[in-house]
Amino acid sequence: MSVSAEPMSAPVREQEPSEALRPHAEDAFAEELAVLAAQDDRPRPARWKLSPWAVATYLLGGTLPDGTVITPKYVGPRRIVEVAVTTLATDRALLLLGVPGTAKTWVSEHLAAAVSGDSTLLVQGTAGTPEEAIRYGWNYAQLLAHGPSRDALVPSPVMRAMAEGMTARVEELTRIPADVQDTLITILSEKTLPIPELGQEVQAVRGFNLIATANDRDRGVNDLSSALRRRFNTVVLPLPESVEAEVDIVSRRVDQLGRSLDLPSAPDGIDEIRRVVTVFRELRDGVTSDGRTKLKSPSGTLSTAEAISVVTSGLALAAHFGDGVLRAGDVAAGILGAVVRDPASDKVVWQEYLEAVVRERDGWTDFYRACREVSA
Amino acid sequence: MVAGAEEGGRAWPGEGPLLLGVRHHGPGSARAVRAALGAARPRVVLIEGPPEADALIPLAADEDMRPPVALLAHSVDEPGRSAFWPLAEFSPEWVAIRWALEHEVPAHFIDLPATHTLAWGRDGEEEPPQGDEPEEGDKPEEEGAAANGGADVRVDPLALLAETAGYDDPERWWEDVVEHRGPGDGDPFAPFTALEEAMGALRETYGSGGHDRDLVREAYMRLQLRGAQRRFGDGVAVVCGAWHVPALRHRTTVAADKALLKGLPKVRTDMTWVPWTYRRLSRRSGYGAGIDSPGWYGHLFRVPDRPVERWLTKVAGLLRQEDRLVSSAHVIEAVRLAGTLATMRGRPLAGLSETTDAVRAVMCDGSDVPLALVHDRLVVGDVLGEVPAGAPAVPLQRDLDRIQRRLRLKPEAAERELELDLRKDTDAERSRLLHRLRLLGVAWGEPAASRGSTGTFRETWRLRWEPELAVRIAEAGVWGTTVLGAATAKAESDAVAARGLADVTALAERCLLADLPDALPTVMRILADRAALDADVAHLAQALPALVRSLRYGDVRGTDTAALTEVAAGLAERIFVGVPPACAALDTDAADEMRRHVDAVHGSVGLLDDVAAPAHGDLRVRWHAVLGVLARRDTVPGVIRGRAVRLLLDGGELAQDEAARLMGLVLSPGTPPADAAAWIEGFVGGGSGGGMLLVHDERLLGLVDAWLTGVPAEAFTDVLPLLRRTFSAYEAGVRRTLGELVRRGPGQPGSAAPTVSGIPGFAADLDGARADAVMPVVRLLLGLEPGGVEPDTDNDLVGVAR
Repeated sequence: MSVSAEPMSAPVREQEPSEALRPHAEDAFAEELAVLAAQDDRPRPARWKLSPWAVATYLLGGTLPDGTVITPKYVGPRRIVEVAVTTLATDRALLLLGVPGTAKTWVSEHLAAAVSGDSTLLVQGTAGTPEEAIRYGWNYAQLLAHGPSRDALVPSPVMRAMAEGMTARVEELTRIPADVQDTLITILSEKTLPIPELGQEVQAVRGFNLIATANDRDRGVNDLSSALRRRFNTVVLPLPESVEAEVDIVSRRVDQLGRSLDLPSAPDGIDEIRRVVTVFRELRDGVTSDGRTKLKSPSGTLSTAEAISVVTSGLALAAHFGDGVLRAGDVAAGILGAVVRDPASDKVVWQEYLEAVVRERDGWTDFYRACREVSA
Repeated sequence: MVAGAEEGGRAWPGEGPLLLGVRHHGPGSARAVRAALGAARPRVVLIEGPPEADALIPLAADEDMRPPVALLAHSVDEPGRSAFWPLAEFSPEWVAIRWALEHEVPAHFIDLPATHTLAWGRDGEEEPPQGDEPEEGDKPEEEGAAANGGADVRVDPLALLAETAGYDDPERWWEDVVEHRGPGDGDPFAPFTALEEAMGALRETYGSGGHDRDLVREAYMRLQLRGAQRRFGDGVAVVCGAWHVPALRHRTTVAADKALLKGLPKVRTDMTWVPWTYRRLSRRSGYGAGIDSPGWYGHLFRVPDRPVERWLTKVAGLLRQEDRLVSSAHVIEAVRLAGTLATMRGRPLAGLSETTDAVRAVMCDGSDVPLALVHDRLVVGDVLGEVPAGAPAVPLQRDLDRIQRRLRLKPEAAERELELDLRKDTDAERSRLLHRLRLLGVAWGEPAASRGSTGTFRETWRLRWEPELAVRIAEAGVWGTTVLGAATAKAESDAVAARGLADVTALAERCLLADLPDALPTVMRILADRAALDADVAHLAQALPALVRSLRYGDVRGTDTAALTEVAAGLAERIFVGVPPACAALDTDAADEMRRHVDAVHGSVGLLDDVAAPAHGDLRVRWHAVLGVLARRDTVPGVIRGRAVRLLLDGGELAQDEAARLMGLVLSPGTPPADAAAWIEGFVGGGSGGGMLLVHDERLLGLVDAWLTGVPAEAFTDVLPLLRRTFSAYEAGVRRTLGELVRRGPGQPGSAAPTVSGIPGFAADLDGARADAVMPVVRLLLGLEPGGVEPDTDNDLVGVAR
């Protein structure tokens, strides 16, 4: 017996979107989405608000025939967005992988907003995510009063997406316990969600798909079983391509953070930020920026997010204990902490880097000394 | 046209000869050429290529001929001067040759003869001076992409057109536009007509692209074409780079063309077929016409239908071989994704970029690591061509013959031994030749242990020429045209493929033996890379002595070893950083192993420091600092600590008092006896004159003695084996002296003067006259200037005795 697409109760929005601290993507960019939809004459998959081509344009930005400019939501290789959108257009689920700070959540939210017009069907994965968050729960008052029925059932976002042919999102998939993760297998392969208590099932209608995000270099996560992994097309979101792009991201974020923490802005900080980013990139890539010398990579992720926190704490140090100018000494300790995660192996990596690369680099003497001081 | 009709072929549009402009190495072009030739049935096929190779064309039909192969032209007098025209099975030229042979139609090459193009290379006006690297500076090959437009449009004209149309893969564009959507679908000539128009427009814009040599070559081709037309009428088909088509169509006077060809330089050349590889087809450096994906092109050309499905099945097979979990479901999903991607990108069929994206997302979990394998094995591919035995000898063989004659080293089937004295020029050259051949896998000579002499200037070889070595040389012809060039290219390639650090080090040593200075930079770069990534200090420590040894060989043979020194110094630095952490938490065996490494590094650093690059500062000082850390860190095993103290003491870096203090510390009751005994073994063991130190430094002996007597009775049995191991390694005389010293009782008054006073049979003081009598001999041994005797001759003698 099966119950097909019947609308289920959606959580009621308590505020007007404009008053929200952070509006949903579909609200913030409602205008662009509307223009795109109006001019989109390409075929759309069932229940898609836009054609795949228009979704890609929405994410990557561009100028429409009538001159409307679509702002880029994601700056990165076109290929990645194309593969992601194409995956959603087939009935495969999409897994966005990447280290922290590579815009996984951002991309998934915008994809959902552009494809289904709704990015709120979201399951936040944590170590304590229960099966109910993915399947369904019960309204116990109803259950006790009237016995099991569809009225007593509390659908999960995934269940609603299946019933309505929408895009569901699962954040931090690898943080969810393995047994709960496996609930997704039936949903993704059979496209049904059985409700044994009622002898019913919910069948996914066309248009349903799922975007999951996961951190691929995090420690202590629940790795995906191969059965589940097979249900996903995987797209790895890369780190910023060039030093300049990364310096730009770091300094912008640091500036924002600094303002919210009421730190005085550092006028000459950009050189030090460039240095931090260079160190992070070189160690992460395992090769010096001139491409001449190979390096060992430490066990930490050395993500852009970490670079931001190193610079921010360096700024705080400079502001409160120094002369307000970000100097090598202010970031050295932070870098050491970010690089040396495993005291045995990472320390060797770091010292080799100091001796083989930093020591001989022009204009880096102050940095070398500061690092030697904190490493000793 | 008339001739074509007579032969039963279809008439081709337009007038004059059938000009088939192609993209070299393009499977689409190849298929189109086959279709066009089949439809037109020309009476003669003219192909862009060196006319000297006409005689070699029939070999293409040989059973043993398997593409990829290359036509090789080389100067007779200088085999190093050479040019290659590589042909894969999907090359239109190859298809044209095969078609002509199958239909018994004459085929001729009509490009400018190699005798001129090679001579051009010699002028060196444009190409870099011809090195031993075979694929550098050979114009005809760069021509391969019909891209020879010169500095301005040094791009693939098809790529240019494809890019204009918004395609990233010219071959894809060719398939999509020229073949699939050509006007009058099914007309085999339509794509060529369309392409000719496009090229005509390009040539109008770019002219010859500022490349005058193209004009000369086209003049020659026009003359050949006219000749063929005189003989065969209009039944002439020409397969050439699309770029040249408008020029061949262009009408000029014979006189004008002949004027262009006047006074071209010449060089005596020879041609042959050589086997080629897909990997070389994809060479991106120094090979203008390199194609990125020969394996993919080969696949497109070979498969009858459903190229994407077949390709992805192949990829899945490869990944399965490598133990990756790839099911048929994966293949299905990848095919779907590739197809949908193609639709989204507006292409009629999925191409390489779509399939690659699909493989990455579906089969490789988004990772580029397995994808690199797919690229290496399938997209590029491992195919090696074969050439029949009847092909003329490769220049490498000629070069070898010449060298063999010059060095009077005849290949003989009987085994014989050859003693070489490397101080003689001829012998040194023979040694180099044999070493180079060994690198090339031509095992003519095997090094044998020298009899009698152990001097480094002597080498013994066991020589034996076996017939199959000729085959090996033919195979090695891929690497170059001279023994030196081929060995260099092979060494570089081996270095790239080498797995471990030790392999690369060994290769570096062989490069020095074979005197391949040009290969050294590559080998050194890879050595440095491997050293940087190798986390095991033991590996690094093993590599260092071999490197330093190589340095000394290099010195003996007068090679430039600056790069080697640089790498060795870098390696030493990494060891300095890595040794202290690596010495923590070792068991006894590992500690012994590490002690040997420390010894080896110590020796190497000593040798290295003499030649060290200034950029690395004073290596010896830093090594001593490392030793200091080792000596004082409690987590380091006793045997290593003891050895570090000893090395520092010998080097004069540690005062005797300090050494005594450290020893006293470790031998004090707080240290477990086993650890203390290990320390002693490290300090005085190893048969390197440790006993002598004890004999001469009574204070140390006193410390050892005091410690030993202080060992509790129950612990003594634990310590005994270790002590025995240490002391039994001493020479009998030293042991006896020590025993006597101990019996006499250490710490005698007067120990401040460290002389061997009081030993039975010796006077209390030195006998000056007798000592002086020894001095001339000692001076001679030490190579000292007579008269410059240092006051502390005593210590020097100890040093010599060690």
